[in-house]
Amino acid sequence: MSMIVRRSPLRTAGKYAAIGFYLIFALFPIYWLIKIALTPDALIYTEGTRMLPSALTFDNFAAVLQSDFLGYFTNSLIVSLGAAAGTTLIAAAAGYCFSRFRFAGKRAIIALLLVTQMFPLLMIIAPIYKIVAGLGLLNSLVSLIVVYTAFNIPFATFLMQSFFDGIPEDLEEAAMMDGCTRFQALRKVVFPLTLPGLGATLGFVFTAAWSELLFALMLISRNDSMTFPVGLLTFVSKFSVDWGQMMAAGTLALIPSCLFFIFIQRYLVQGLTSGAVKG
Amino acid sequence: MARLDLKDVSKSYGNVEVMRDINLSIGDGEFIVLVGPSGCGKSTLLRMIAGLEPITDGEFSIDGQRMNELRPRDRDIAMVFQSYALYPHMTVGRNMGFSKEIARAPKEERAREVAQAAQTLGLDRLIERYPRELSGGQRQRVAMGRAIIREPRAFLFDEPLSNLDASLRVEMRLEIARMHRKLNATMVYVTHDQVEALTLADRIVVLEAGRIQQVGSPLELYERPANKFVARFIGSPMMNVLPARPGAGGLRLPDGAVLDVAGDRSAGEAVEIGVRPEHIDVVAPEAGDMVVKAEMVEHLGSDTNIYVRTESERGIMVRAHGHLPVRPGAEMDLHFQRDKLHLFAADGTTIPRTGAP
Amino acid sequence: MRSARKNVVPGADRARRSFYLRYLLEPYLYVGPALVLIGAVILFPLILGISYSFQSIALLKPFETGWVGFENYAALWQDDKFWTAIGNTALWTCGSLFFQFFLGLGLALLLNTSFRGKRLFQALVFLPWAVPTFLTALTFAWLFNPVIGPFPHWLAGLGLIDEPYNILGDPDLAMWGPILANIWFGVPFFAITLLAALQSIPSELYEAAEIDGASDWQRFSKITLPFLAPMIVITVMLRTIWIANFADMIYVMTGGGPAGSTEILSSYVFTTAFRKLDFGYASAIAVALLLILLAYALILLVVRQKLVRT
Repeated sequence: MSMIVRRSPLRTAGKYAAIGFYLIFALFPIYWLIKIALTPDALIYTEGTRMLPSALTFDNFAAVLQSDFLGYFTNSLIVSLGAAAGTTLIAAAAGYCFSRFRFAGKRAIIALLLVTQMFPLLMIIAPIYKIVAGLGLLNSLVSLIVVYTAFNIPFATFLMQSFFDGIPEDLEEAAMMDGCTRFQALRKVVFPLTLPGLGATLGFVFTAAWSELLFALMLISRNDSMTFPVGLLTFVSKFSVDWGQMMAAGTLALIPSCLFFIFIQRYLVQGLTSGAVKG
Repeated sequence: MARLDLKDVSKSYGNVEVMRDINLSIGDGEFIVLVGPSGCGKSTLLRMIAGLEPITDGEFSIDGQRMNELRPRDRDIAMVFQSYALYPHMTVGRNMGFSKEIARAPKEERAREVAQAAQTLGLDRLIERYPRELSGGQRQRVAMGRAIIREPRAFLFDEPLSNLDASLRVEMRLEIARMHRKLNATMVYVTHDQVEALTLADRIVVLEAGRIQQVGSPLELYERPANKFVARFIGSPMMNVLPARPGAGGLRLPDGAVLDVAGDRSAGEAVEIGVRPEHIDVVAPEAGDMVVKAEMVEHLGSDTNIYVRTESERGIMVRAHGHLPVRPGAEMDLHFQRDKLHLFAADGTTIPRTGAP
Repeated sequence: MRSARKNVVPGADRARRSFYLRYLLEPYLYVGPALVLIGAVILFPLILGISYSFQSIALLKPFETGWVGFENYAALWQDDKFWTAIGNTALWTCGSLFFQFFLGLGLALLLNTSFRGKRLFQALVFLPWAVPTFLTALTFAWLFNPVIGPFPHWLAGLGLIDEPYNILGDPDLAMWGPILANIWFGVPFFAITLLAALQSIPSELYEAAEIDGASDWQRFSKITLPFLAPMIVITVMLRTIWIANFADMIYVMTGGGPAGSTEILSSYVFTTAFRKLDFGYASAIAVALLLILLAYALILLVVRQKLVRT
């Protein structure tokens, strides 16, 4: 809006107070996490609640990196990347279909995808456990990848659809007139143009898979196939007073999501308003 | 080059029929313009020829070979889109050579042909640019270059000039006419702009509500429209249509004027007459068919458009050649040129003239 | 006109049919994988889950497996924990939603103005949305810990509690721990959604209102709110359902305790399935949750229709 607004000083002060409030509200918990992670063990009990520690150490991080957490981290990376890649591929195809074709049953299928977004997913945690156990896939990362992929497909499909809707259909038709098959047109013209969309979808799904806890708890119990959330939670319940290390591990878990967050930030508004709503 | 035949072609979406009874033969090297108001189905017809839209019924063939089931790529037709549809992530050169790239033509050959086409279209210095860096007219040229390089059996144009401003549109229109003469190719061109249709076409196809209203040369459509729709669609300003009743001595207009013309009774009763604004003369007092009052006057320099009202408050547009010093509110006498009058039956079809009553 | 018929070669009919078949099938090839996966991993288990609620399936009691009719539901009716969980679900959902919405609206309005460093500010305040939920839950659990967290000391300093203790262990206050964490995590979502809606309001409307002499408050209440209203209704409805289903925060922070005081329906489903391995009973709770949410959505839709009519 380009309007001439008379600013009263009181109002300006109020605005900056609000900005300050939201900043502190958003950043304080993250600051605290990192602060405790950097506080030396010996000082935790005396300085645990102080705003600034009197000394800093990276010992906690060093300890975490030598522990099982590296394995958890790798497992989570495999699961999240696998789910992100699988979801993006399948959702791109479905999103393309919704964007470009008119066909019988389209409305029903879209309604079905919307419904899966609304009912309690925990309803299927028991059946999934039985099925996965029946297939002998408990403690396997593959089962997690498949489950996460399915969970994220509806949302990712709507997101991809919004990206495809933004690419004029003329371009594909021009490519087909130029001698491409539909698939060639897809590969040579549509795909390069939708790279940002694919990236954003990858990011969204990665973050979602990275933070999933309950299904992972249910399906994984062996230490060497634990994902990061499961591993961290197990660690917390076993060594509940090793604060520094727990928080160092938590800080590490923050890194991949934050990296993806920086990347998908630009697409947040588009993603969340594309008809799909997801936390 | 090629001859295109559409035979009993129809198109439905589900149960809704949007086109039917389309029969059209397009000769080798002919420039055909499909024209009609928006929603008349002209673009759908073009897309069916291109293969982008399946044909529901009937047959489309090129040089006698059935095309219905062939994909766009197998029909060997090029198309210029309204939006130009240039690939934003490719340079001008790659855009133009894309069809050859898909056909796996050798690189040097591709480069040579692109360079040659760019030369003809005046794009030689822009080959390394991206579409977003070009002006509207330049994009239009690239789109045409892309079609030319394909060396297709026929060219299709889907309102290619509608995104350009007026002066550029005239320039590109000439460019397309030049291209047609040089390549002597079969071309099908869709537009809603009758000026483009009249200036470019060998033959014009007028479509309305999914049906062909008339096919003919520009002059034929102007002089002998098959029905009221075509009569009013072709020509600018639009043809005046007035209700008429047969009476003693000819056709009687609502204001009492009687015109000494008659139609072929076997073709039906004439209930309306049509007269183009340029076929109405402003004449000396008492010498005309009716007296009217000028309401609005547009001085265009070469012509003067006068919008007049008859005694019964009916509006008529008159176009006089040159500058005519008329003031709004002035009374004037109008004369209808008898040999340029058109008669229409109740269903809108044209009734042939039979000379004087 | 030359007849095209003579060019039709034998077998053309088959070619024609395969052409239309391909044309008809193509969309389903693209959407197929998604459908198969959703069918196998979500819909089939969903039906299986509903059937579980009529069976006795507890992994710890393998010899009592079988159909039991409505026995699970009867047990549920008698289960005090279930009724407490319904109340907790309402508190959890409404408490989280209320603050998420109003803080989100404030943030959206703030982001819809211009000030220096807005891009950075936006990135920083949206950051909580990117923090994995289990980590949010753990972080807040730690913040409430009197040894390493400042919250108990602040609360005591404000006089809200007598001495710095962990409110997550206090049955009367524990629910506010997860709710606070959920608010922190959910504000960016509302801010983003509302911001997108705000930005879709044509600025000419505000300019016209300005010329007509509308005050700030009038502009907000006469233009902004009516424009946002339809979107707010939908978002709040979907978000309610989402929050009611959201068990991670509670499971990690309190595990439903102390003494079931923070157990909501969805976390009750999870603990019953995961800790007790009683799949039949867990499925019955889940079906009950589903029915409650359905009823909620139906009531909301009916109310909306009534409001639209009048």
